[in-house]
Amino acid sequence: MVKRKTPMLDELEKGKWPSFVSDIKQEAESRNETDVDLQTPKEVCDDLLDLLELSFKDREGHWKHGGIAGVFGYGGGVIGRYCDRPEEFPAVKDFHTLRVNQPSSYFYRTEFLRKICELWERRGSGLTNMHGSTGDIILLGTTTPQIEEIFWELTHNLKQDLGGSGSNLRTPNCCIGKSRCEFACYDTQEACRNLTMEFQDELHRPSFGYKFKMKFDGCPNGCVASIARSDMSVIGTWKDDIRIDQEAVQAYVAGEFKPDGGGFAGRDWGPFDIVKEVIDLCPTHCMAWNGKKLGINNRECNRCMHCINTMPRALRIGKETGASILFGAKAPILEGAQLSTLTIPFMRMEEPFNEIKELVGKIWDWWSEEGRSRERLGELMQRKGFAKFLDVCGVKADPRMIKEPRSNPYIFWKEADIPGGWERDIKDFRKRHQK
Amino acid sequence: MPQLEIGGTTYEVDEDGFLQELDKWGRGFAQGYAAVEGIEGELTEDHWKLIDYIRDYYAQFGIAPMIRKMCKDTGFDLKRIYALFPSGPAKGACKLAGLSKPTGCV
Repeated sequence: MVKRKTPMLDELEKGKWPSFVSDIKQEAESRNETDVDLQTPKEVCDDLLDLLELSFKDREGHWKHGGIAGVFGYGGGVIGRYCDRPEEFPAVKDFHTLRVNQPSSYFYRTEFLRKICELWERRGSGLTNMHGSTGDIILLGTTTPQIEEIFWELTHNLKQDLGGSGSNLRTPNCCIGKSRCEFACYDTQEACRNLTMEFQDELHRPSFGYKFKMKFDGCPNGCVASIARSDMSVIGTWKDDIRIDQEAVQAYVAGEFKPDGGGFAGRDWGPFDIVKEVIDLCPTHCMAWNGKKLGINNRECNRCMHCINTMPRALRIGKETGASILFGAKAPILEGAQLSTLTIPFMRMEEPFNEIKELVGKIWDWWSEEGRSRERLGELMQRKGFAKFLDVCGVKADPRMIKEPRSNPYIFWKEADIPGGWERDIKDFRKRHQK
Repeated sequence: MPQLEIGGTTYEVDEDGFLQELDKWGRGFAQGYAAVEGIEGELTEDHWKLIDYIRDYYAQFGIAPMIRKMCKDTGFDLKRIYALFPSGPAKGACKLAGLSKPTGCV
């Protein structure tokens, strides 16, 4: 039986786009008809829709601020949600969210997906978000008594752990990496899994001043957008030269190979023009084409990936591969959005990943000591200055860390770096320099 | 508002079980609540050390201490705190210490 009247939500079903309202309604109908032994109220989706309609009418949310729910042994992974009109909407009185650590690169077996959907239909609302922006499987809406039960089933039957929430290490995330992508400069899945296992304590037991995210991109194409979304962005790169297969370049020019792997084949763009589509678009102008041979001045290459993306059969990443490590990206709560800043131009990314683990340790120590409550690493870096941050990391300033090294020559010297410190004898100076 | 009865006293708590009338806190409240938060038997000296530390900090600054500070000042590492309070410092220790619900980022 349908009790809801949701004229405003119904508006969100119009148009040709998918609608979360339609999805919730579909689940509401399904819950009314199912013969599953539901452990949460049958009407949970109906009440959710009614509550949202009321929020639209009142022009204010009806979820309380905060809420502390969790499982024994962990401080994160469950986000407490309580409705502020529990008498009218008893089925969503408590409607907690669970974050579940996703498998690396989202490789699922259909059997796993069926099992998790079955679990969530029975013990939750049946509503999922695949995936949250951090990468986790998000299970939306369950009651307090169900949390431990779900955790037990998740870890024992599905062999899947909770993810991060609160002021802790958020669930690390990686791109598809070497499993499917020839651009991957290191094994992102291995790095992601290894660091996830290493930092279990930080992931499950919040002890930071705020959240900390790490993401692993196999190449500068950045399929998990680590540069924009993570406090530590690990982006694959190479040290040596882009490998060129001149015959394959000729084949692209002759039209034998489709550019961009045929990605723009839906429209006739005319014959491939290597000068217009590759050479002239190189941001550092480090490429040349004489009609027969392609040349790249690799010293100037800034790894934009455009030429490799356009002619993947002719150009390949170098052989000496690793990653660049950048720090400090965040969303715009304070000071506006920030991209990560290049800190370690090149690091080998091989098991057991000790170098990056040590670096993370140094940064967490500093951030925990100096950071204010709810201050992201990027904000602390801005407040204390990049020179201080480099000190903490134990690395020297390098032109590669500067956006425009040739037009921005300013260097903040430290007293210790200057022979004689800041003190100058003016008489001695005047001996050599007239007024 | 949900109510909770411990040792003949009725306490007003929020939906997560955090005490609403902070002045009503007594050691009996903490001991009575311990089992709910996964602590078996009597609270030990170490439990009280942490509870007293949290209460003193709260009385002084009006907020719960940051976890790192809590570890530093009490000498307990995070693993020890979770061993003492299985539901964690925020959900477990602060609740037993009678603090209002800590706010935090999800």
